[in-house]
Amino acid sequence: MIITGRVWKFGNDVDTDLIIPARYLNTTDPLELASHCMEDADKSFAGRVQPGDIIVAGRNFGCGSSREHAPVAIKNAGVACVIAGSFARIFYRNAVNIGLPILECEAAAAALQSGDTAEIDLTAGSVKNLTSPGTYQAIPFPSFMQQIIEAGGLINYVKQRLA
Amino acid sequence: MGMTITEKILADHADRGRVAPGELVNCRLDLVLANDITAPMAVQEFRKLGLKKVYDPGRVVLVMDHFTPNKDIKSAEQCLTVREFAREFGIVNYFDVGAMGIEHCLLPEQGLVLPGDCMIGADSHTCTYGALGAFATGVGSTDLAAGMALGECWFKVPESMKFVFHGQLRPWVGGKDLILYTIGRIGVEGARYRAMEFTGEAIGALSVEGRLTMCNMAVEAGAKNGIVPPDEKTHAYVAGRARRPYQAFAGDPDAAYIAVHEYEAGQIEPQVAFPHLPENSRPVSEAAGIAIDQVVIGSCTNGRLEDLRIAAGILEGRKASNKLRLIVIPGTQEIYLQAMREGLLETFVEAGAAVSTPTCGPCLGGHMGILAHGEKALATTNRNFVGRMGSPESEVYLAGPAVAAASAITGFITHPEEVVKQ
Repeated sequence: MIITGRVWKFGNDVDTDLIIPARYLNTTDPLELASHCMEDADKSFAGRVQPGDIIVAGRNFGCGSSREHAPVAIKNAGVACVIAGSFARIFYRNAVNIGLPILECEAAAAALQSGDTAEIDLTAGSVKNLTSPGTYQAIPFPSFMQQIIEAGGLINYVKQRLA
Repeated sequence: MGMTITEKILADHADRGRVAPGELVNCRLDLVLANDITAPMAVQEFRKLGLKKVYDPGRVVLVMDHFTPNKDIKSAEQCLTVREFAREFGIVNYFDVGAMGIEHCLLPEQGLVLPGDCMIGADSHTCTYGALGAFATGVGSTDLAAGMALGECWFKVPESMKFVFHGQLRPWVGGKDLILYTIGRIGVEGARYRAMEFTGEAIGALSVEGRLTMCNMAVEAGAKNGIVPPDEKTHAYVAGRARRPYQAFAGDPDAAYIAVHEYEAGQIEPQVAFPHLPENSRPVSEAAGIAIDQVVIGSCTNGRLEDLRIAAGILEGRKASNKLRLIVIPGTQEIYLQAMREGLLETFVEAGAAVSTPTCGPCLGGHMGILAHGEKALATTNRNFVGRMGSPESEVYLAGPAVAAASAITGFITHPEEVVKQ
Protein backbone atom coordinates (compact mmCIF):
# COMPACT_ATOMS: atom_id res chain seq x y z
CA MET A 1 0.00 0.00 0.00
CA ILE A 2 1.36 3.41 -1.03
CA ILE A 3 0.61 6.58 0.96
CA THR A 4 1.44 10.06 -0.28
CA GLY A 5 0.93 12.93 2.14
CA ARG A 6 2.10 16.15 3.71
CA VAL A 7 4.42 16.02 6.70
CA TRP A 8 3.70 17.44 10.16
CA LYS A 9 6.94 17.45 12.15
CA PHE A 10 7.18 17.13 15.93
CA GLY A 11 10.14 16.72 18.30
CA ASN A 12 11.37 14.04 20.72
CA ASP A 13 9.36 12.55 23.61
CA VAL A 14 5.91 13.48 22.26
CA ASP A 15 3.87 12.14 25.18
CA THR A 16 0.32 10.86 25.19
CA ASP A 17 -0.87 13.95 27.10
CA LEU A 18 0.25 16.03 24.09
CA ILE A 19 -1.42 13.63 21.65
CA ILE A 20 -4.74 13.61 23.54
CA PRO A 21 -4.94 15.50 26.85
CA ALA A 22 -6.53 13.55 29.70
CA ARG A 23 -9.27 16.17 30.04
CA TYR A 24 -10.82 14.66 26.91
CA LEU A 25 -10.65 11.04 28.05
CA ASN A 26 -14.23 11.02 29.32
CA THR A 27 -15.30 9.69 25.92
CA THR A 28 -14.35 6.89 23.54
CA ASP A 29 -15.93 8.59 20.50
CA PRO A 30 -13.18 8.45 17.84
CA LEU A 31 -14.19 11.66 16.05
CA GLU A 32 -14.44 13.65 19.27
CA LEU A 33 -10.99 12.40 20.28
CA ALA A 34 -9.70 13.31 16.81
CA SER A 35 -10.97 16.87 17.20
CA HIS A 36 -8.47 17.36 20.07
CA CYS A 37 -5.57 15.48 18.47
CA MET A 38 -2.14 17.01 19.29
CA GLU A 39 -3.95 19.95 20.91
CA ASP A 40 -1.36 20.79 23.57
CA ALA A 41 1.52 20.46 21.08
CA ASP A 42 -0.10 22.44 18.24
CA LYS A 43 -3.54 23.92 18.77
CA SER A 44 -4.10 24.34 15.03
CA PHE A 45 -3.30 20.73 14.12
CA ALA A 46 -6.74 19.14 14.41
CA GLY A 47 -8.33 21.90 12.33
CA ARG A 48 -5.74 21.84 9.54
CA VAL A 49 -4.69 18.22 9.19
CA GLN A 50 -5.89 16.62 5.93
CA PRO A 51 -6.72 12.97 5.28
CA GLY A 52 -3.53 11.21 4.21
CA ASP A 53 -1.17 13.54 6.09
CA ILE A 54 1.81 12.07 7.90
CA ILE A 55 3.13 12.73 11.41
CA VAL A 56 6.92 12.65 11.69
CA ALA A 57 8.58 12.82 15.09
CA GLY A 58 11.84 12.15 16.89
CA ARG A 59 12.57 9.57 19.52
CA ASN A 60 10.22 7.99 22.08
CA PHE A 61 6.96 8.99 20.35
CA GLY A 62 3.89 8.18 22.45
CA CYS A 63 5.62 7.94 25.81
CA GLY A 64 3.53 8.18 28.97
CA SER A 65 0.14 6.68 29.50
CA SER A 66 -1.41 3.51 28.07
CA ARG A 67 -4.37 5.40 26.61
CA GLU A 68 -5.33 3.82 23.30
CA HIS A 69 -7.24 7.06 22.77
CA ALA A 70 -3.90 8.45 21.50
CA PRO A 71 -3.51 6.32 18.34
CA VAL A 72 -7.32 6.37 17.93
CA ALA A 73 -7.25 10.20 17.88
CA ILE A 74 -4.39 10.24 15.35
CA LYS A 75 -6.00 7.66 13.08
CA ASN A 76 -9.40 9.34 13.11
CA ALA A 77 -7.89 12.77 12.48
CA GLY A 78 -7.05 11.28 9.07
CA VAL A 79 -3.34 10.75 9.64
CA ALA A 80 -2.22 7.95 7.33
CA CYS A 81 1.04 7.04 9.05
CA VAL A 82 3.33 8.03 11.93
CA ILE A 83 7.08 7.89 11.30
CA ALA A 84 9.33 8.26 14.34
CA GLY A 85 12.91 7.69 15.34
CA SER A 86 11.54 5.36 18.00
CA PHE A 87 8.24 4.59 19.71
CA ALA A 88 7.34 4.07 23.36
CA ARG A 89 6.33 0.44 23.73
CA ILE A 90 2.66 0.73 24.75
CA PHE A 91 1.94 3.21 21.94
CA TYR A 92 3.66 0.86 19.49
CA ARG A 93 1.46 -2.09 20.53
CA ASN A 94 -1.69 0.03 20.56
CA ALA A 95 -1.06 1.42 17.07
CA VAL A 96 -0.61 -2.08 15.64
CA ASN A 97 -3.63 -3.37 17.53
CA ILE A 98 -5.99 -0.71 16.17
CA GLY A 99 -4.50 -0.58 12.67
CA LEU A 100 -2.71 2.79 12.67
CA PRO A 101 0.29 2.43 10.34
CA ILE A 102 3.58 3.34 12.03
CA LEU A 103 7.19 3.15 10.88
CA GLU A 104 10.33 3.28 12.99
CA CYS A 105 12.99 5.05 10.93
CA GLU A 106 15.52 7.38 12.48
CA ALA A 107 16.92 8.66 9.17
CA ALA A 108 13.51 9.53 7.71
CA ALA A 109 12.47 11.12 11.02
CA ALA A 110 15.55 13.35 10.89
CA ALA A 111 15.33 14.23 7.21
CA LEU A 112 11.62 14.96 6.73
CA GLN A 113 10.45 18.48 7.58
CA SER A 114 7.04 20.07 8.09
CA GLY A 115 5.38 20.76 4.75
CA ASP A 116 7.42 18.16 2.85
CA THR A 117 5.52 15.62 0.79
CA ALA A 118 6.47 12.01 1.51
CA GLU A 119 5.62 8.78 -0.26
CA ILE A 120 5.46 5.68 1.93
CA ASP A 121 5.37 2.07 0.79
CA LEU A 122 3.90 0.39 3.87
CA THR A 123 4.49 -3.14 2.59
CA ALA A 124 8.15 -2.50 1.85
CA GLY A 125 8.60 -0.13 4.82
CA SER A 126 10.27 2.46 2.62
CA VAL A 127 9.91 6.24 2.82
CA LYS A 128 10.64 8.64 -0.03
CA ASN A 129 10.88 12.39 0.43
CA LEU A 130 9.38 13.97 -2.71
CA THR A 131 10.31 17.52 -1.64
CA SER A 132 14.03 17.16 -0.82
CA PRO A 133 14.90 13.86 -2.48
CA GLY A 134 15.94 11.02 -0.22
CA THR A 135 14.83 7.42 0.35
CA TYR A 136 14.83 5.70 3.72
CA GLN A 137 14.18 2.18 4.97
CA ALA A 138 12.20 1.53 8.17
CA ILE A 139 12.85 -1.26 10.69
CA PRO A 140 10.53 -4.16 9.71
CA PHE A 141 7.87 -5.45 12.11
CA PRO A 142 8.52 -8.83 13.77
CA SER A 143 6.69 -11.49 11.75
CA PHE A 144 4.23 -12.15 14.56
CA MET A 145 3.16 -8.48 14.55
CA GLN A 146 2.89 -8.65 10.76
CA GLN A 147 0.21 -11.33 11.27
CA ILE A 148 -1.79 -8.95 13.50
CA ILE A 149 -1.45 -6.20 10.90
CA GLU A 150 -2.52 -8.55 8.10
CA ALA A 151 -5.53 -9.71 10.14
CA GLY A 152 -6.62 -6.07 10.38
CA GLY A 153 -5.79 -5.58 14.06
CA LEU A 154 -5.69 -7.61 17.23
CA ILE A 155 -9.44 -8.19 17.64
CA ASN A 156 -9.67 -9.78 14.18
CA TYR A 157 -6.57 -11.81 14.98
CA VAL A 158 -8.16 -13.09 18.21
CA LYS A 159 -11.38 -13.87 16.31
CA GLN A 160 -9.35 -16.03 13.92
CA ARG A 161 -7.75 -17.81 16.86
CA LEU A 162 -11.08 -18.44 18.57
CA ALA A 163 -12.76 -19.63 15.35
CA MET B 1 23.75 -18.77 31.28
CA GLY B 2 21.10 -18.21 33.93
CA MET B 3 17.94 -16.15 33.77
CA THR B 4 16.87 -12.92 35.49
CA ILE B 5 13.77 -12.90 37.67
CA THR B 6 11.80 -11.27 34.82
CA GLU B 7 12.89 -13.99 32.38
CA LYS B 8 12.01 -16.72 34.88
CA ILE B 9 8.47 -15.43 35.41
CA LEU B 10 7.89 -15.14 31.66
CA ALA B 11 9.37 -18.62 31.01
CA ASP B 12 7.14 -20.14 33.68
CA HIS B 13 4.00 -18.48 32.30
CA ALA B 14 4.89 -19.50 28.75
CA ASP B 15 5.43 -23.12 29.92
CA ARG B 16 8.99 -22.96 28.64
CA GLY B 17 12.18 -24.14 30.28
CA ARG B 18 13.94 -20.94 29.39
CA VAL B 19 13.49 -17.73 27.45
CA ALA B 20 16.01 -15.19 26.20
CA PRO B 21 15.70 -11.43 25.59
CA GLY B 22 14.20 -10.61 22.21
CA GLU B 23 12.10 -13.78 21.96
CA LEU B 24 8.35 -13.42 21.51
CA VAL B 25 6.43 -15.51 24.03
CA ASN B 26 2.77 -16.10 24.76
CA CYS B 27 2.15 -16.04 28.53
CA ARG B 28 -0.70 -17.08 30.79
CA LEU B 29 -2.07 -14.13 32.74
CA ASP B 30 -2.74 -14.34 36.48
CA LEU B 31 -4.64 -11.06 36.39
CA VAL B 32 -5.91 -8.40 33.99
CA LEU B 33 -6.77 -4.86 35.10
CA ALA B 34 -8.53 -1.83 33.64
CA ASN B 35 -9.89 1.48 34.93
CA ASP B 36 -12.72 3.90 34.14
CA ILE B 37 -10.74 5.46 31.24
CA THR B 38 -9.38 2.32 29.59
CA ALA B 39 -12.11 -0.23 30.44
CA PRO B 40 -14.90 1.38 28.36
CA MET B 41 -12.78 1.02 25.20
CA ALA B 42 -11.74 -2.51 26.24
CA VAL B 43 -15.39 -3.45 26.78
CA GLN B 44 -16.27 -2.17 23.28
CA GLU B 45 -13.50 -4.27 21.75
CA PHE B 46 -14.29 -7.32 23.91
CA ARG B 47 -17.94 -7.24 22.80
CA LYS B 48 -16.84 -7.41 19.15
CA LEU B 49 -15.60 -10.94 19.90
CA GLY B 50 -19.15 -12.03 20.73
CA LEU B 51 -18.07 -14.07 23.77
CA LYS B 52 -20.42 -15.03 26.59
CA LYS B 53 -17.75 -14.96 29.30
CA VAL B 54 -14.35 -13.62 30.23
CA TYR B 55 -11.56 -16.18 30.67
CA ASP B 56 -11.93 -16.08 34.47
CA PRO B 57 -14.33 -13.67 36.23
CA GLY B 58 -12.14 -13.89 39.35
CA ARG B 59 -9.05 -12.65 37.54
CA VAL B 60 -10.42 -9.53 35.89
CA VAL B 61 -10.08 -6.40 38.03
CA LEU B 62 -11.96 -3.20 37.16
CA VAL B 63 -11.29 -0.09 39.24
CA MET B 64 -13.23 3.14 38.81
CA ASP B 65 -10.55 5.57 39.99
CA HIS B 66 -9.60 8.25 37.46
CA PHE B 67 -12.62 10.58 37.09
CA THR B 68 -14.46 9.34 40.17
CA PRO B 69 -16.61 10.19 42.07
CA ASN B 70 -17.75 11.14 38.58
CA LYS B 71 -16.83 14.68 37.66
CA ASP B 72 -19.28 15.10 34.78
CA ILE B 73 -21.99 13.34 32.79
CA LYS B 74 -19.61 11.81 30.26
CA SER B 75 -17.47 10.28 32.99
CA ALA B 76 -20.60 8.93 34.64
CA GLU B 77 -21.61 7.31 31.34
CA GLN B 78 -18.16 5.72 31.06
CA CYS B 79 -18.47 4.19 34.54
CA LEU B 80 -22.00 3.03 33.75
CA THR B 81 -20.66 1.11 30.73
CA VAL B 82 -18.14 -0.67 32.92
CA ARG B 83 -20.59 -1.27 35.79
CA GLU B 84 -23.07 -2.93 33.43
CA PHE B 85 -20.31 -5.06 31.91
CA ALA B 86 -19.12 -6.12 35.38
CA ARG B 87 -22.65 -7.21 36.33
CA GLU B 88 -23.31 -9.00 33.05
CA PHE B 89 -20.04 -10.95 33.13
CA GLY B 90 -19.96 -11.57 36.89
CA ILE B 91 -16.67 -9.72 37.45
CA VAL B 92 -15.77 -10.46 41.07
CA ASN B 93 -13.25 -7.67 41.55
CA TYR B 94 -15.19 -4.64 40.42
CA PHE B 95 -14.37 -1.62 42.62
CA ASP B 96 -16.74 1.34 42.55
CA VAL B 97 -16.93 4.53 44.64
CA GLY B 98 -16.86 3.71 48.33
CA ALA B 99 -14.84 0.54 47.79
CA MET B 100 -12.38 1.66 45.17
CA GLY B 101 -8.97 3.16 45.65
CA ILE B 102 -6.30 4.27 43.24
CA GLU B 103 -5.74 0.98 41.40
CA HIS B 104 -2.02 0.60 42.04
CA CYS B 105 -2.49 1.31 45.75
CA LEU B 106 -5.52 -0.98 45.89
CA LEU B 107 -4.38 -4.21 44.21
CA PRO B 108 -1.32 -4.90 46.40
CA GLU B 109 -3.24 -3.89 49.52
CA GLN B 110 -6.08 -6.28 48.69
CA GLY B 111 -3.71 -9.15 47.93
CA LEU B 112 -4.94 -9.36 44.33
CA VAL B 113 -1.46 -9.26 42.80
CA LEU B 114 1.24 -11.53 44.19
CA PRO B 115 4.93 -12.43 43.83
CA GLY B 116 5.64 -14.45 40.70
CA ASP B 117 2.47 -13.28 38.92
CA CYS B 118 2.39 -12.38 35.23
CA MET B 119 -0.23 -9.73 34.60
CA ILE B 120 -1.26 -6.85 32.36
CA GLY B 121 -3.14 -3.67 33.13
CA ALA B 122 -4.62 -1.09 30.81
CA ASP B 123 -2.76 1.60 32.70
CA SER B 124 0.87 2.45 32.17
CA HIS B 125 1.65 2.41 35.89
CA THR B 126 0.76 -1.29 36.13
CA CYS B 127 4.55 -1.76 36.39
CA THR B 128 4.10 -0.82 40.08
CA TYR B 129 3.52 -4.47 41.05
CA GLY B 130 7.07 -5.44 40.19
CA ALA B 131 7.82 -4.28 43.73
CA LEU B 132 6.26 -7.56 44.90
CA GLY B 133 8.38 -9.62 42.52
CA ALA B 134 5.68 -9.91 39.86
CA PHE B 135 5.96 -9.30 36.12
CA ALA B 136 3.43 -6.55 35.50
CA THR B 137 3.21 -4.24 32.51
CA GLY B 138 0.92 -1.65 30.99
CA VAL B 139 -0.99 -2.25 27.76
CA GLY B 140 -3.80 -0.53 25.86
CA SER B 141 -7.50 -1.31 25.80
CA THR B 142 -7.42 -3.73 22.85
CA ASP B 143 -4.64 -5.84 24.37
CA LEU B 144 -6.68 -5.84 27.56
CA ALA B 145 -9.79 -6.99 25.68
CA ALA B 146 -7.78 -9.85 24.17
CA GLY B 147 -6.41 -10.65 27.63
CA MET B 148 -9.93 -10.79 29.10
CA ALA B 149 -10.94 -13.17 26.32
CA LEU B 150 -7.92 -15.49 26.19
CA GLY B 151 -6.21 -15.15 29.57
CA GLU B 152 -3.00 -14.80 27.59
CA CYS B 153 -0.83 -12.05 26.19
CA TRP B 154 2.23 -12.02 23.92
CA PHE B 155 5.40 -10.29 25.06
CA LYS B 156 8.84 -9.67 23.71
CA VAL B 157 11.15 -10.85 26.47
CA PRO B 158 12.87 -7.65 27.64
CA GLU B 159 16.55 -7.20 28.23
CA SER B 160 17.17 -6.52 31.92
CA MET B 161 19.00 -3.58 33.42
CA LYS B 162 20.21 -3.89 37.01
CA PHE B 163 20.27 -0.92 39.36
CA VAL B 164 22.24 -1.48 42.55
CA PHE B 165 21.84 1.02 45.38
CA HIS B 166 24.70 0.59 47.83
CA GLY B 167 24.85 1.94 51.36
CA GLN B 168 22.25 3.72 53.41
CA LEU B 169 19.67 6.34 52.58
CA ARG B 170 20.09 9.85 53.94
CA PRO B 171 17.35 11.34 56.11
CA TRP B 172 14.23 12.43 54.14
CA VAL B 173 15.23 10.29 51.15
CA GLY B 174 12.80 7.58 50.03
CA GLY B 175 11.81 5.46 47.04
CA LYS B 176 10.59 8.51 45.10
CA ASP B 177 13.97 10.20 45.37
CA LEU B 178 15.80 7.06 44.25
CA ILE B 179 13.63 6.61 41.17
CA LEU B 180 13.71 10.30 40.20
CA TYR B 181 17.50 10.21 40.60
CA THR B 182 17.68 7.07 38.42
CA ILE B 183 15.50 8.52 35.65
CA GLY B 184 17.62 11.67 35.81
CA ARG B 185 20.71 9.55 35.10
CA ILE B 186 19.33 7.34 32.28
CA GLY B 187 16.62 9.58 30.75
CA VAL B 188 12.98 9.05 29.84
CA GLU B 189 13.83 6.40 27.25
CA GLY B 190 16.89 5.05 29.04
CA ALA B 191 15.11 1.76 29.78
CA ARG B 192 12.78 1.67 26.74
CA TYR B 193 11.42 -1.88 26.22
CA ARG B 194 13.60 -3.17 29.09
CA ALA B 195 13.16 -4.53 32.60
CA MET B 196 14.52 -2.38 35.44
CA GLU B 197 15.62 -4.55 38.34
CA PHE B 198 16.31 -2.75 41.62
CA THR B 199 18.60 -4.30 44.24
CA GLY B 200 21.21 -3.46 46.85
CA GLU B 201 21.38 -2.65 50.53
CA ALA B 202 19.32 0.53 50.22
CA ILE B 203 16.51 -1.29 48.39
CA GLY B 204 16.54 -3.98 51.07
CA ALA B 205 16.11 -1.22 53.65
CA LEU B 206 13.14 0.33 51.81
CA SER B 207 9.64 -0.66 52.86
CA VAL B 208 7.46 -2.48 50.33
CA GLU B 209 5.62 0.83 49.96
CA GLY B 210 8.85 2.59 48.97
CA ARG B 211 9.57 -0.17 46.45
CA LEU B 212 6.07 0.19 44.99
CA THR B 213 6.85 3.88 44.47
CA MET B 214 10.08 3.01 42.63
CA CYS B 215 8.60 0.37 40.33
CA ASN B 216 5.61 2.65 39.68
CA MET B 217 7.84 5.07 37.79
CA ALA B 218 9.82 2.49 35.77
CA VAL B 219 7.57 3.39 32.83
CA GLU B 220 8.79 6.98 33.07
CA ALA B 221 12.17 5.66 31.89
CA GLY B 222 10.36 3.79 29.11
CA ALA B 223 10.65 0.41 30.83
CA LYS B 224 8.37 -2.54 30.19
CA ASN B 225 8.52 -3.47 33.86
CA GLY B 226 10.24 -2.65 37.12
CA ILE B 227 11.04 -5.43 39.55
CA VAL B 228 12.45 -6.01 43.04
CA PRO B 229 13.44 -9.58 43.93
CA PRO B 230 11.17 -10.73 46.80
CA ASP B 231 12.64 -10.87 50.32
CA GLU B 232 11.28 -11.32 53.86
CA LYS B 233 9.62 -7.89 53.68
CA THR B 234 7.77 -8.92 50.52
CA HIS B 235 6.50 -12.14 52.06
CA ALA B 236 5.53 -10.37 55.28
CA TYR B 237 3.57 -7.81 53.25
CA VAL B 238 1.76 -10.47 51.25
CA ALA B 239 1.01 -12.70 54.25
CA GLY B 240 -2.58 -12.21 55.34
CA ARG B 241 -3.46 -10.42 52.10
CA ALA B 242 -2.95 -13.13 49.47
CA ARG B 243 -6.22 -14.60 48.24
CA ARG B 244 -4.60 -17.51 46.40
CA PRO B 245 -1.35 -19.48 46.48
CA TYR B 246 1.65 -18.00 44.70
CA GLN B 247 5.14 -18.97 43.64
CA ALA B 248 7.93 -16.42 44.04
CA PHE B 249 10.93 -16.44 41.68
CA ALA B 250 14.56 -15.44 42.08
CA GLY B 251 17.06 -14.60 39.38
CA ASP B 252 20.12 -16.81 38.80
CA PRO B 253 23.51 -15.55 39.98
CA ASP B 254 24.86 -15.84 36.43
CA ALA B 255 21.92 -14.10 34.73
CA ALA B 256 22.87 -11.65 31.98
CA TYR B 257 22.14 -7.92 32.16
CA ILE B 258 22.40 -5.48 29.28
CA ALA B 259 23.64 -2.86 31.77
CA VAL B 260 24.43 -2.58 35.47
CA HIS B 261 24.21 0.82 37.17
CA GLU B 262 25.59 1.20 40.68
CA TYR B 263 24.73 4.16 42.88
CA GLU B 264 25.78 5.21 46.38
CA ALA B 265 22.50 5.84 48.18
CA GLY B 266 24.28 8.04 50.70
CA GLN B 267 25.14 10.50 47.92
CA ILE B 268 21.51 11.01 46.91
CA GLU B 269 19.66 14.09 48.19
CA PRO B 270 15.88 14.45 48.10
CA GLN B 271 15.06 15.02 44.41
CA VAL B 272 12.82 17.36 42.46
CA ALA B 273 11.99 16.80 38.76
CA PHE B 274 11.57 20.09 36.88
CA PRO B 275 9.02 20.61 34.10
CA HIS B 276 8.31 19.03 31.65
CA LEU B 277 9.93 15.59 31.90
CA PRO B 278 10.60 13.25 34.84
CA GLU B 279 14.24 13.04 33.69
CA ASN B 280 14.78 16.68 34.72
CA SER B 281 15.52 15.65 38.30
CA ARG B 282 17.91 17.63 40.47
CA PRO B 283 18.78 17.74 44.17
CA VAL B 284 16.15 19.77 46.08
CA SER B 285 18.87 22.27 47.02
CA GLU B 286 18.97 23.31 43.35
CA ALA B 287 15.22 23.91 43.34
CA ALA B 288 15.10 25.89 46.59
CA GLY B 289 13.10 29.07 46.45
CA ILE B 290 10.80 28.27 43.52
CA ALA B 291 7.36 29.61 44.51
CA ILE B 292 4.47 27.23 44.07
CA ASP B 293 0.68 27.62 43.91
CA GLN B 294 -0.43 24.09 44.74
CA VAL B 295 0.91 21.01 46.49
CA VAL B 296 -0.64 17.60 45.82
CA ILE B 297 0.19 14.65 48.09
CA GLY B 298 -1.27 11.40 46.78
CA SER B 299 -1.46 9.30 43.57
CA CYS B 300 -0.49 5.72 42.70
CA THR B 301 3.10 6.83 43.25
CA ASN B 302 2.87 8.32 46.75
CA GLY B 303 -0.65 7.91 48.12
CA ARG B 304 0.15 5.13 50.59
CA LEU B 305 0.05 5.21 54.38
CA GLU B 306 3.81 5.60 54.75
CA ASP B 307 3.68 8.67 52.47
CA LEU B 308 0.87 10.22 54.51
CA ARG B 309 2.75 9.52 57.76
CA ILE B 310 5.87 11.25 56.43
CA ALA B 311 3.85 14.27 55.27
CA ALA B 312 1.86 14.48 58.50
CA GLY B 313 5.05 14.21 60.56
CA ILE B 314 6.26 17.43 58.93
CA LEU B 315 2.90 19.22 58.86
CA GLU B 316 1.94 18.43 62.46
CA GLY B 317 1.52 21.65 64.45
CA ARG B 318 2.31 23.73 61.36
CA LYS B 319 0.22 25.54 58.76
CA ALA B 320 0.40 25.37 55.01
CA SER B 321 1.31 28.70 53.43
CA ASN B 322 -1.75 30.81 52.58
CA LYS B 323 -0.16 31.44 49.18
CA LEU B 324 -0.94 27.92 48.00
CA ARG B 325 -3.55 25.15 48.05
CA LEU B 326 -2.58 21.89 49.73
CA ILE B 327 -4.49 18.80 48.55
CA VAL B 328 -4.04 15.41 50.22
CA ILE B 329 -5.50 12.28 48.63
CA PRO B 330 -5.22 8.95 50.48
CA GLY B 331 -4.83 6.13 47.94
CA THR B 332 -7.52 3.74 49.15
CA GLN B 333 -10.43 3.51 51.58
CA GLU B 334 -8.28 1.41 53.92
CA ILE B 335 -5.50 4.00 53.86
CA TYR B 336 -8.07 6.74 54.41
CA LEU B 337 -9.52 4.94 57.42
CA GLN B 338 -6.13 4.17 58.95
CA ALA B 339 -4.99 7.77 58.39
CA MET B 340 -8.12 8.89 60.20
CA ARG B 341 -7.50 6.53 63.13
CA GLU B 342 -3.89 7.70 63.44
CA GLY B 343 -4.93 11.36 63.44
CA LEU B 344 -3.15 12.09 60.16
CA LEU B 345 -6.26 13.50 58.50
CA GLU B 346 -6.77 15.83 61.45
CA THR B 347 -3.19 17.04 61.07
CA PHE B 348 -3.76 17.73 57.38
CA VAL B 349 -7.03 19.59 57.91
CA GLU B 350 -5.57 21.64 60.75
CA ALA B 351 -2.66 22.53 58.48
CA GLY B 352 -5.16 23.90 55.96
CA ALA B 353 -5.26 21.00 53.53
CA ALA B 354 -8.19 19.78 51.48
CA VAL B 355 -8.43 16.03 52.10
CA SER B 356 -10.13 14.06 49.33
CA THR B 357 -11.68 10.66 48.91
CA PRO B 358 -9.36 8.39 46.85
CA THR B 359 -9.09 9.41 43.18
CA CYS B 360 -6.41 9.84 40.52
CA GLY B 361 -8.02 13.28 40.08
CA PRO B 362 -5.43 16.01 39.68
CA CYS B 363 -2.49 13.78 38.74
CA LEU B 364 -3.70 13.62 35.14
CA GLY B 365 -5.54 16.92 35.13
CA GLY B 366 -8.86 15.14 35.59
CA HIS B 367 -10.47 17.00 38.47
CA MET B 368 -9.94 17.89 42.16
CA GLY B 369 -7.14 20.40 41.67
CA ILE B 370 -6.69 21.66 38.09
CA LEU B 371 -4.07 24.36 37.46
CA ALA B 372 -4.67 27.71 35.78
CA HIS B 373 -2.21 29.16 33.24
CA GLY B 374 1.03 30.34 34.78
CA GLU B 375 0.56 28.26 37.94
CA LYS B 376 3.14 25.90 39.38
CA ALA B 377 2.43 22.77 41.36
CA LEU B 378 4.70 20.54 43.39
CA ALA B 379 3.22 17.06 43.36
CA THR B 380 4.10 13.59 44.60
CA THR B 381 2.70 12.26 41.33
CA ASN B 382 4.62 10.67 38.44
CA ARG B 383 4.39 12.91 35.37
CA ASN B 384 5.17 16.57 34.77
CA PHE B 385 4.37 16.69 31.05
CA VAL B 386 2.97 19.85 29.44
CA GLY B 387 -0.64 20.30 30.57
CA ARG B 388 -0.54 17.23 32.78
CA MET B 389 -2.35 18.89 35.71
CA GLY B 390 -4.44 21.40 33.79
CA SER B 391 -3.57 24.40 31.62
CA PRO B 392 -0.89 23.71 28.99
CA GLU B 393 0.71 26.87 30.39
CA SER B 394 1.01 25.47 33.93
CA GLU B 395 4.00 23.64 35.35
CA VAL B 396 4.41 20.55 37.54
CA TYR B 397 7.42 19.72 39.70
CA LEU B 398 7.69 16.16 41.04
CA ALA B 399 8.99 15.19 44.48
CA GLY B 400 8.45 12.82 47.39
CA PRO B 401 6.04 13.43 50.30
CA ALA B 402 8.66 14.97 52.60
CA VAL B 403 9.67 17.71 50.15
CA ALA B 404 6.00 18.24 49.27
CA ALA B 405 4.96 18.73 52.90
CA ALA B 406 7.89 21.02 53.70
CA SER B 407 7.23 23.10 50.59
CA ALA B 408 3.54 23.39 51.45
CA ILE B 409 4.54 25.11 54.69
CA THR B 410 6.97 27.62 53.22
CA GLY B 411 5.26 28.20 49.87
CA PHE B 412 8.55 27.53 48.09
CA ILE B 413 10.31 24.31 47.13
CA THR B 414 12.06 23.44 50.37
CA HIS B 415 14.31 20.76 51.84
CA PRO B 416 12.42 19.08 54.72
CA GLU B 417 15.32 19.63 57.14
CA GLU B 418 14.82 23.39 56.83
CA VAL B 419 11.29 23.13 58.18
CA VAL B 420 11.83 20.45 60.78
CA LYS B 421 14.90 22.07 62.35
CA GLN B 422 13.00 25.35 62.94
